[in-house]
Amino acid sequence: MTSPDYKAFFARFRSLLALGLMVLALSLLSDRFLTPDNGWNILRQISVNLCLSIGMTLVILGGGIDLSVGAILGLAGAVAAGLLKHGLGIPGTTLWIEFTVFGAILAAVFVGGAAGWCNGFAVTRFKLPPFVATLGMLSIARGLTMLWTGGFPITGLGDDFGHIGTGAFLGMPLPVWIMLALTAVFVVVTKRTRFGRHLYAVGGNERAARLTGLNVARIKLAIYTLAGALAGVAGLIVTARLDSAQPNAGLGYELDSIAAVVIGGTSLSGGRGSVAGTVLGCLIIGVLNNGLFLLNVSPFWQQVIKGGVILLAVALDKMNSKGRET
Amino acid sequence: MTSAATNDVLIDATGIEKSFPGVRALAGVSLQVRAGRLVALLGENGAGKSTLMNILSGVFPPDAGTIRVAGGEPVRFASPRDAQALGIGIVHQELNLIPGLTVAENIWLGREPRTAAGLIDYARLHADTAAILTRLDLPVDPETLVGELRVGQQQLIEIGKALSADARVLILDEPTSSLSSHEVDVLFNVIADLKRAGVGLVYITHKFEELARICDDLVIMRDGRLVGTATYGELTRDALVRLMAGREPKEIFQKTTTTPGAELLRAEKIVLPGDGVGRRFLVDHVSLTLRRGEVLGIFGLIGAGRTELLETLFGQHAGRATGTVTVEGRVARFRGPADAIAAGLAFAPEDRKRDGVVLPMSVLANASLADLRPALRGGFVSPAREHAHIATYLERFRVKTPSVDELIINLSGGNQQKVILAKWLATGPKILLLDEPTRGIDVNAKREIYTFIDELTQAGLGLIVVSSELPEILALADRVLVLCEGRATAEFTRADATPERVLSAALPDRAMALAS
Repeated sequence: MTSPDYKAFFARFRSLLALGLMVLALSLLSDRFLTPDNGWNILRQISVNLCLSIGMTLVILGGGIDLSVGAILGLAGAVAAGLLKHGLGIPGTTLWIEFTVFGAILAAVFVGGAAGWCNGFAVTRFKLPPFVATLGMLSIARGLTMLWTGGFPITGLGDDFGHIGTGAFLGMPLPVWIMLALTAVFVVVTKRTRFGRHLYAVGGNERAARLTGLNVARIKLAIYTLAGALAGVAGLIVTARLDSAQPNAGLGYELDSIAAVVIGGTSLSGGRGSVAGTVLGCLIIGVLNNGLFLLNVSPFWQQVIKGGVILLAVALDKMNSKGRET
Repeated sequence: MTSAATNDVLIDATGIEKSFPGVRALAGVSLQVRAGRLVALLGENGAGKSTLMNILSGVFPPDAGTIRVAGGEPVRFASPRDAQALGIGIVHQELNLIPGLTVAENIWLGREPRTAAGLIDYARLHADTAAILTRLDLPVDPETLVGELRVGQQQLIEIGKALSADARVLILDEPTSSLSSHEVDVLFNVIADLKRAGVGLVYITHKFEELARICDDLVIMRDGRLVGTATYGELTRDALVRLMAGREPKEIFQKTTTTPGAELLRAEKIVLPGDGVGRRFLVDHVSLTLRRGEVLGIFGLIGAGRTELLETLFGQHAGRATGTVTVEGRVARFRGPADAIAAGLAFAPEDRKRDGVVLPMSVLANASLADLRPALRGGFVSPAREHAHIATYLERFRVKTPSVDELIINLSGGNQQKVILAKWLATGPKILLLDEPTRGIDVNAKREIYTFIDELTQAGLGLIVVSSELPEILALADRVLVLCEGRATAEFTRADATPERVLSAALPDRAMALAS
């Protein structure tokens, strides 16, 4: 292998290599790391972040950013919990709608998707920068969650609903099933559909995409709507696992998901990256959190180390893309 | 060149080489600039003149070669600032002004005089600017926003910017391209003053008639090489043309005569209003027609509204632009490029990197972007189908790439342009709009593009080719429409379109005379 080949290979599988090294090091440092239980534990822990991060990958590939996914997660979880527990009264009537578990699930995904659609509408119709539009939605969704819950957790949602977060099927936890299914779907969507191709084109060069006849506004609307709906799914998992909807669930989760996308090699300037990379990014963060916990590293240091990893990942990515330009 | 004392050599560049992806722009070029003399740099577009000037002014470094300034040690410029620090100033062909800042702020950008408190000293700024504007005989207020000036006036502001730096060496890259004849006179007086003050000048131009008034030495370039140096007057005009040319579009390409068929496109009274700064109308009541099997050439200087006209025809300014467009007799109301494409139009933009290609995507993905339907199998993109469908078009336009999966960013400009043509041909268009189709493209690719244009014309497409290169327009077009400051000032048949007539219709003075 000549040296440029070696370099390209290294660049391509850098994240995978980093993950391998981490797993190896942690296996040596802690005898509790490399056990089946701990493996499931890590996967269960990253399932929420991965749901958010898949949506975030779509948004960032399309040249945007979504700061509202954590807040949408909270809102969707609270809506599902509230509808399940209390149902919904139609104002001005005595009608009262009860929700089944399935109905509550649909409602959460719908609420998430609707909030995401609003983001997309603000970005495409009013030409707001995505940073601003989604920052606004962050605050709106947090406020709505507080209004809906009155600031108190909604608890006691029943075993059927709790199953989403704690149940298992064929020996694999349900959140892991959900995560795998969504990953498979969105790998195909991004790599093998017209929408996926257009997504890369819009993020890679929006002007060229428009001049080639792509409906840029519609593509962006779809991107933000999907990101919101995926945050709704994440909200269901969080709520079901805790058997309670916390008013400030998902606080700061958007930053973890941006970190996972970036560590996974997706360029913040859009058009370059992949869902598969994001899966690796989530795994790296998950293994890092888990390992540092097992090694009894203080949570404060955990944050510092995680920040360092993000900076390192992006710096390596920059060095790599610079090398290609010259 | 006659031998001269070495101490009047301000810049001595030797063996300069420079390559870009796919193009060898400079293959060992040497140039001397001497105090109090103007050296004219002649050559066709693509000869490497601008590349050489960019290297001398620190825009990018050479791959090989040395530059000495005023007899010193070889220098290596890391940025234009380094070159400026050594007294080398440049006026680029493209305007580099900030429309939202005033004339004074633009001229002194980055070098603003400061008060004792460290704030900008506006009194001095405006006084210094007024002095420069007087030298340029430009009757505008220093506090005018640059965006409100005519393009010619903006070009003078660029020159004022260079003057304000008190450069010892001044490089002027086609400074007269949109100046009126009075403005040219003023510029030439300024040049004479600078020569008397011992400034060395490099002057890039296509216009021979300018040389007699200002030129001392001549350097002729072709295909990235030096093909001749002389003192002005040593060479006859014919000898000069022979040295420069060898690749006149008319020489490298023979147009096939076709008989135009039925009318494809008719545009009437197209108006595109400005955005508040600058001209009121970017496109000012322009009408045109295009027939099957015909090339309509559109010529105009920088700022004439060429690109804006094409963009408007392509539906890009829907909502702002007015006028009627009919395609094959049917009135078309394009709400955006997608509608225009559906009606059979295609548009290859001037700035390929910005508007034409998606740089982080592969050659194949770029070429299939306009219509992915033929690549679908059961609703999903099938790489095999995509490949089979697009490969034909990539081969037809002889795209040179290691593989179709190569990122398009790694291709030369000429090959990127061919990918864009392949992309559009795959949609089966009837009308092709080409904006500066050979800008930044080497001579071989240029010839290929001319041939493709000819083949497509024979195949019955209607083409509109916009170019600022007059020889290119004259070689390609069946009819020539001339634009000046947004208005259509003349239309010529191929037989009537002489360089002099077309050029004079494109100049602002002449346009004013026609309008009055």
